[in-house]
Formats: sequence, C-alpha cells, structure tokens
Amino acid sequence: MSTFTRGFATSCLKTWPWLIVLILTAILLTQRTEFPQIVAYPEAWTLPIAEAVSAAMDGLVEWVQHTARAISGGLNVAFSAVQWLLIGAPWLASVSLFALIAWQGGGWRLALLTFVLLLYVLTSGYWVPAMNTLSLVLVALPLSVLIGFGLGYLGYRSHRARQAIMPLLDLMQTVPAFAYLIPILLLFGFGPVVGLIASVVFAVPPMVRNTILGLQNIPPAVLESARMSGCSRRQQFSWVEFPAALPQMLVGVNQTTMAALSMVIIAAIIGGFNDIGWAVLSAMRKAQFGQSLLSGAVIVILAVLLDRISAAYAARQLPTSSFCGLPLRRFALVFVAILAVTMLAGYLFPVLHDWPAWLTYSPAQAINEATTQFVRAYGDLMAAVKNGMQFFLLLPVKLGVERAIVPFTWGITFTPAAKVAYWVIALAGCAVAFGLSWWRAGVAILVLAGVIYFGTTGLPWLTVLLLISLVAYQVSGPGLALFAGGSVAFLLITGLWEPAMISVYLCSVAVFLCIVFGGLIGIWAASSEAVSGIIRPINDMLQTLPQFVLLIPALMLFQVGDFTALLAIIAYAIVPMIRYTEQGLRMVPKTLIDVGRSCGCSAWQLFWQVRLPQALPQILVGINQTILYGLGMLVIAALVGTTGLGQAIFVALGEANAGAGLVAGLGMALIAMTTDRILQAVIPG
Amino acid sequence: MTTQAEPKLSVRNLWKIYGTNPKRLVSGDFQTMTHAERLEHARENRHFVAAADINFDIYEGQIFVIMGLSGSGKSTVLRAISRLDEPTAGQVFFDGTDLMAASPKELTELRRRKMGMVFQSFGLLPHLDVLDNVAFPLRAQGQPRDKRLARAREMIELVGLDGKEHSYPHQLSGGQQQRVGIARSLAVEPELWFLDEPFSALDPLIRSQMQDEFLRLQKQLHKTIVFVTHDFLEALKLADKICIMKDGEIVQIGTPADIVLRPANDYVMEFIGDVPLAHVLRAGDVMSPPWTDGETHPTVPRDAILEEAIKLFDDSTETVDVTDEHGKILGSLHPLEVIRSLYHDDPEHAH
Ligand SMILES: Nc1ncnc2c1ncn2[C@@H]1O[C@H](COP(=O)(O)OP(=O)(O)O)[C@@H](O)[C@H]1O
Ligand SMILES: [Mg+2]
Repeated sequence: MSTFTRGFATSCLKTWPWLIVLILTAILLTQRTEFPQIVAYPEAWTLPIAEAVSAAMDGLVEWVQHTARAISGGLNVAFSAVQWLLIGAPWLASVSLFALIAWQGGGWRLALLTFVLLLYVLTSGYWVPAMNTLSLVLVALPLSVLIGFGLGYLGYRSHRARQAIMPLLDLMQTVPAFAYLIPILLLFGFGPVVGLIASVVFAVPPMVRNTILGLQNIPPAVLESARMSGCSRRQQFSWVEFPAALPQMLVGVNQTTMAALSMVIIAAIIGGFNDIGWAVLSAMRKAQFGQSLLSGAVIVILAVLLDRISAAYAARQLPTSSFCGLPLRRFALVFVAILAVTMLAGYLFPVLHDWPAWLTYSPAQAINEATTQFVRAYGDLMAAVKNGMQFFLLLPVKLGVERAIVPFTWGITFTPAAKVAYWVIALAGCAVAFGLSWWRAGVAILVLAGVIYFGTTGLPWLTVLLLISLVAYQVSGPGLALFAGGSVAFLLITGLWEPAMISVYLCSVAVFLCIVFGGLIGIWAASSEAVSGIIRPINDMLQTLPQFVLLIPALMLFQVGDFTALLAIIAYAIVPMIRYTEQGLRMVPKTLIDVGRSCGCSAWQLFWQVRLPQALPQILVGINQTILYGLGMLVIAALVGTTGLGQAIFVALGEANAGAGLVAGLGMALIAMTTDRILQAVIPG
Repeated sequence: MTTQAEPKLSVRNLWKIYGTNPKRLVSGDFQTMTHAERLEHARENRHFVAAADINFDIYEGQIFVIMGLSGSGKSTVLRAISRLDEPTAGQVFFDGTDLMAASPKELTELRRRKMGMVFQSFGLLPHLDVLDNVAFPLRAQGQPRDKRLARAREMIELVGLDGKEHSYPHQLSGGQQQRVGIARSLAVEPELWFLDEPFSALDPLIRSQMQDEFLRLQKQLHKTIVFVTHDFLEALKLADKICIMKDGEIVQIGTPADIVLRPANDYVMEFIGDVPLAHVLRAGDVMSPPWTDGETHPTVPRDAILEEAIKLFDDSTETVDVTDEHGKILGSLHPLEVIRSLYHDDPEHAH
C-alpha cells in the first residue's frame, strides 16, 4: 500500500500543470450556465481578419488583374487547343494515340487496357466531359512539372531557398484546395481556367519534393567523380544530376498527374463547365445515383489510366527496365502517321469520327431501380446501423453523454445518480493509475472522461487552448507550444471556434475508427499473405482515386449527413493506417522474434511484447498520416452535408468571399499542422 | 634513383580546418604560432582541425600510401590536393606549379587531362552502362564518340571486364564495379592517380586479388599515385612510401621497411604488432655489408621477402648473399640479424 501512496504522490507532483488545468476547467464548467461565453467564444472578442483578407485581396485583384487576365487568356488558348485535339478530332484518332502513348510507356498490355477502357468511356456516353477533364489535366501537368522541377532544383542548390520552399509546400498541401479556389476565381475570372490554375498549385508540391529527393539522393561519390572528370557545372547538371535523379522525378510526375486530376475534378464545384467532375456533382445533387456512379466510374478509369501510364514511363527509365519503346524520332514518326491515318479514316467514315448514339449504353436507370430496391429491402437495417452510430458514437462525442443520453435515443435518462457514478468511476480510474505511477494514463482517463461527458462542442475553449499547448510543450518544448496555442488562438479570434470543433469531432471519430479497424486489418494482413494480397490492390485503388469518387457509394446508401461523411472519410483515411501497421509488423527483424520464441513467449506475448513495440514507430507514422488524410477528406466530405470548417469554406466559395474562405482554409491547415507536429515529436527516431 | 629528380607532387604546410570561419582563424597571428599553439587556437575557437600542417613529396612513378584509422584525415588530405574541398591554407605543387592558384577553368582542364580518381563507394553513374561510364571523362574532354568508346574498350580489357560492356552498375558485383571505377579513372591517361580506399568495400579475397592487379597495372603504367587506406597490411603490400596519419597530423613517413624496422613512436608500433614481418621485410632491408670469407654462399634477390631467404639457411649455411638484378652481391644476411629484425620489441629499434 505504501508504494501505492508513494506512486500517487509522485504522479501528482509530475502532473501538477495538468491538474491545475483540469481543476480550472471544473470551476469554469460549474459557472457555464451563468456565463455562456465560457464555452461559446464570444463574438465581441473576435477580430475581423477575414474582412481584412478580403480587402487585401480586392486590392491585389485591382493591382494584378491585367496580368492575371492575360495569363488566364494564354492558358485558355492552350486549353482550347488540347480540347480541340481531344474532342474535335475523330474518336478513333484520340483513342489510337492514347493507346500508342501507353504502348511507348508500357508495352502491349497497357496499350490494350487503354484502348478497351477508352472504348468503354465512349460507350458510357461521358466521352466529352471526360476529355474536357483530361484536357485540363494535360495542360496543368507540364506547367506543374516545370514549376515543380524549377523550385526543386532551386531548393537543391540553395539551402536558404529550401528553407523557404519547404513550409510553403506544407501549406500548399494542408490548406484545403477549395480555400484557394476563391482567390483564383477572383483573380482569373470564371471558367475552366480556374480549375486549371488551382490544379497547378495543388500538383506542384509532389514534383518539388521528388525533385529535391532525387537530387539529394545522388551519392556524393557520383557527383565527385563527375567533378574529377572535369565536368563543367552545366555538364554536371545535364549528364549527371538530371539523369541520376530522373527515376525519382518521374515518380514525382506520376504523383503530380494524380494530384492534378484530383484537383481538376474537385474544381468542378465552381461549375459552369461540362467536365466529368461536374457530371458527378450534378448527378449527386439530383440524387441520380445511377448517373453519379457511372460518371464516377469514368473518373476511376481516367485515374487508372493516368496512373498506369505515368508509372510505366517512370519504370521505363530505370536501367532494369526491359521494355523501352521506340527511339524518340521514330516514335514521333509513328505518332504522326497514326494521326494522319485515323484523321483521314474519321473524315471518310463518320462512324469513326463521332461515336454513334446507338453504340452508347447507360444502365443508369437500372442502377437507380436496383438501388431503390436495395434500400427498400435493407433500409431498416441500414437505418438501424446509421442510427446506432449516430446515437451511440457520433452524438456522444459531439454533444457529450450529458446531452446525448436522452430517452429518445438511448432509451434511458442520464439521472443525477448516474452522473455522480460516472465521475466517481472516472476519478477512481485516475487514482488507481496514479497509484501505479502511470501518471500519463491517469491524466488521459480524466481528459477522456471530460470530453465524453461534455462533448467536443461543450468544452470551455480556454481548456482546449491550455491542454493543447501543454501537450505540445511536454512533447517538444516552448516552440511547439507557442505554435499550437497560436493555432487555437487563431481559430478563436477569427470566430471559427464552433465549426472548428465540429470538424475536430468528426475527424476524431473517423480517426478513432480508422485506428481500430485499420489497425486490425493491418495486423491481419501482416500475418497472412492471402489477406495482404487482397488488401493491397484495394488500398492502391482507394489512394489513386480522386477523393471525390468515394462520396458516391456512401451517399447512395446513407443519404446526406454526418454518418455518410464519416464513411467517406474512413474509406480514404484508413489506408495509411492499414499500410503502416502491416509494414511495421512485417519489418520486425526475424532474429528478434526468434529471441522471443527461444525465451518461451506465447504467440500472444510475442505480439504484445516483441512485435507491437517494435512496430510502434511505424504505426504512429500511420496514425499521423491517417489524421492528415482525414482532415484532407473532411473538406470534400462537406459536400455530402457536414457542418464545420469544410462547410464554412463552401459557403465562402458560394459567396466568392476570399477572406472567409482563406481564413477557414488556414484554420484547417493549422489544425493539421499542429497535430502533425505534435505526433512527429512523439514518434521516436 | 628517383630522389634526385624534382618531385612530381609536393604538399607544403597544408591545413584543412572545419568550422564556422576557418579562413579568419588562420589569418593574423596563425603564421607565427608554434604548431601546438595553432592546434590549441583552433580548439579554443571551436574549430575542428582535420588536417594539420601536412608536408610531403611524391616522385614520378611512386605509390604513396596515406594510412591511418578512420577519421584521421586521410580523405581530407586527398580531397584537398585534388581541390574537391578547398584547403584552408597551404600549397600543392604539381610539376612545380601551384594547384591552389589554379583558376576554376585551369582546374577543370587539369582534371580532364591530368588526374584520375577512384572512390571507395565507386561513384559510378547509375544510368550509364559500363562502356559509357568508362568513356565518361573522355566525353567531358569533348572527344568524339567512336574515339572515346574505342579507348573505353581498351580500358575495360585492361581491367579484365571484357564482355560486361553493356551491363549497368547495379548488375555488377562490388569488385567488378570497382574495376569499372579504375578503368574510368585511367581512361584519360592521368599523370596523377588518386585512390581513396578503393578496396575497402570489398571482401577480403577479392580485395587481395584487386591489390595484385593494381600492382600489375602499375608495373605497366608507372603512374604517380596517392593511395589512401586504413589497412596497414595493404599499405605495406602496395606502398613505395607510407605516410601514417593520426588526428589530422602526420606521424611518420617512410618506406614500408623504415616503418616496420624503425617505427617513430608507440602509435606506429601498435600497427606493427600483428604484422607477419617475414612477409613484409625484404632481403635488401635487413642485409649487412657483404661478408667475404672466401666461400660462395647461396644468393637471394634483393626484393625477396625474408620468408623466402630464411629457407636457405641450414646446418652448414650461416651466410646468404643478397644480389641485385644483375647478380652483383650487395650484402649478406646473417641468422642473428634476421631474427632480430623479425623480433618486434627490439629496444634498439623503438625510440
Ligand atoms: N564537412 C565536414 N565538416 C566537419 N568535419 C568534417 C567534415 N568532413 C570531415 N570531417 C571530419 O574530419 C575528420 C577527418 O575526416 P576524413 O578525412 O574523412 O577521415 P578519413 O581518414 O577516415 O578519410 C573526421 O573526424 C571527420 O569527422
Ligand atoms: Mg576516408
């Protein structure tokens, strides 16, 4: 018993800052009915930051409008040219040329796949919107690649430039794309060019990162042997640095392509252009699930083709590759020849020019009916699942059990006696943990009990501010504490507190479920080749698809609401959790496992005491990625009806309110960066 | 002998100091300080002295080996000579001209025509096949394609890699990759050949093979060589002159026999500790003046290792004569002196 009391005492000593915050919170909460501003941050204390940004934006627009419009005009010309090539030319020409490009990268099988999938797109009747989207991607891609390469090379050559570029990349990738659609809209005017520019912005970072990575990974001896061979600076670049970094840079081109596609599709939300993203979006808005599913399938096809073809070109550059296509000049010749022949054929035979209507086939109606039937048959079950999740998981986290447990949902009343019991159990749990010297667990129990009792939206903002700063301080130091506290303060003074906490609530539930289920799947996949073989292509698919597409099935089955958004977020954010868990467990050195076995560990002990601790750093990386993915998807999930920061950005987009959109977007980015940095500090090594 | 000629490469008062501002550190009083004061001065200003006051001469056709433990500053010296890293102070004379004064353009030209370097980690270009890798320095020289490929083929044959012309570096073993590195460094027919631990990454068996081949090549080519290694046996096997370094300073310079017979201090002694001296010392290293007692003695060539010479002693033979390549007697071996030279702790030899 004496060790227990001693443990308790030392735990209390170690946790005094936490205890002070928690006691302060308890006092605040007792006063909350009298002073509602304890929980709801008063509007009078906010600053008009969004308005200031809007005003600055207006000034900027005034100032650079002419340049911006000129750029936009130039891009429009380039885009129209590509569009004319893809849509104006006979379909036979486009399809054949794509197949040829695929062949040059990856051989017959890829060419055949391209040919067949494009024929399907023609058959589906979404050819024109698909080619419109593709035109945008094809114009955005070279721009992103060039800009990304330029910045990457600059960052490689100059340390100072790199220090400026890296945080910029973080920002470009964590600020939700919707947020910067608004200023682009204001600067460049309506039209497809907005999506184009947004996707250039969004697609540049992977190119920059991979360029820097590729150049930095060149072994020093390679560069020195070039210098000792008497290479001039320019020779060293074009004969050594560029070719040696090329494979990695092509990985960058692949990622950039996918990012550009994803963004072009997301940008459809500003509307006014007949692209495939718009086809999905409008079908979703009209609740035509068959149509949205079919157009979604076309997006999937575009994603698969772009991914496979760009990945094939990347693989082709490796010296190991056996297939290398035609020499460039011969390829150009064949290209022109095929173009001429197919053009001619198209003009001679109209069937080869415009895809005949009788060859299109759309099972949209059938899908709609099947969905209706499915919903009719299993509607009760699905409603039960949905309500169960709503009542027992989502609402308690959002509102707290204090407000969520009502007879209508739980069938019971949360009586004062039960409330007292709740807190007694929580305090007892904390005391036991303290006594065992697990002071971290003790604090965690109290904080968790508080969050579940009052809900994320019912916590005093001061508590959140202090707790997050304290966590940041303890894992890293005053620098991170300042950053974290500053981020929370930013959300407070911009008046975004309430939507931010709603976002946090939805994201934490999603992340929690991802960790549980993703972790389990990862463990399963690590122990079975068969499962791993099934999971891997599904993961690849989920990651390659533009996030947008994931909304469709969720929406189809569960209609608009938090639960649907939750499903979409999980579908996207669970992937890294599965991946890193499996990878972490698989990477545990075999000798360690043998050591465990020879010490007589049971399989259970082996898992908990050898494999899991070894895999933990990887798993933490996975959790970190899952959180970032979840926050990224949150904004897109706002399309299917969640409130929170995502919706704030949408509203701003609808009103073309640059200030509100940017501030909300920055708010999202700050949440993401804060959690990222705290977790990075926790991850060992 | 070579000692009368002008040195091919002279290093004078070479310093390499790492830190925030090494140039400022060596300006001012630095020139007038004693050596110990300089080291103290650098340490006080939180700078790291990687090479301190390095001086040596290398003559044409010589294999000069810089030997020392890892971190002793061997690569630093080599890289300073080739100006891959700028030295903090000092001069390097190549055929009498100061390399440190060479403009970037002159330096590029020197590297293109006069220098070759082999790296421990090979430094092959991953995207080029063996042929193009070997031809690479010639490409930098601006030679036309067929000419440089023909020359590269010769080099590939020289290092025994024929048939591998179109393999890529990742398809070759470590030993084969280093052969490519050697072929590449020789392609421009350099006068100065730098090798930085070329064989350290290889397995012992391959390493020994490569050392033999290196000696064979040198017999053919007569380059002036700076060879860096941390392997004392390798140094003994390859070197004409060995320079032993410790913590950025030179401890001793001498022929392999000088080093093992007259180690400068205990530090050098420790290296010699487990060297099989009978394999390292040569008859000429330990002979005394010719012993003329009217009889004819068995003879060994001057560069025979002692192990071979010892076999000639038997019950009736107490003297073995050492001859030069023309059979002229240079000196004699006596059992007692041979034994003494093989006995490490001889107090006469350790100072
Ligand atoms: N760029 C650098 N900055 C600081 N110290 C360095 C740098 N390069 C080498 N050193 C230090 O100089 C010392 C000598 O290095 P080096 O010449 O590479 O040793 P080695 O004898 O193993 O070739 C080492 O202690 C190393 O840590
Ligand atoms: Mg070295």
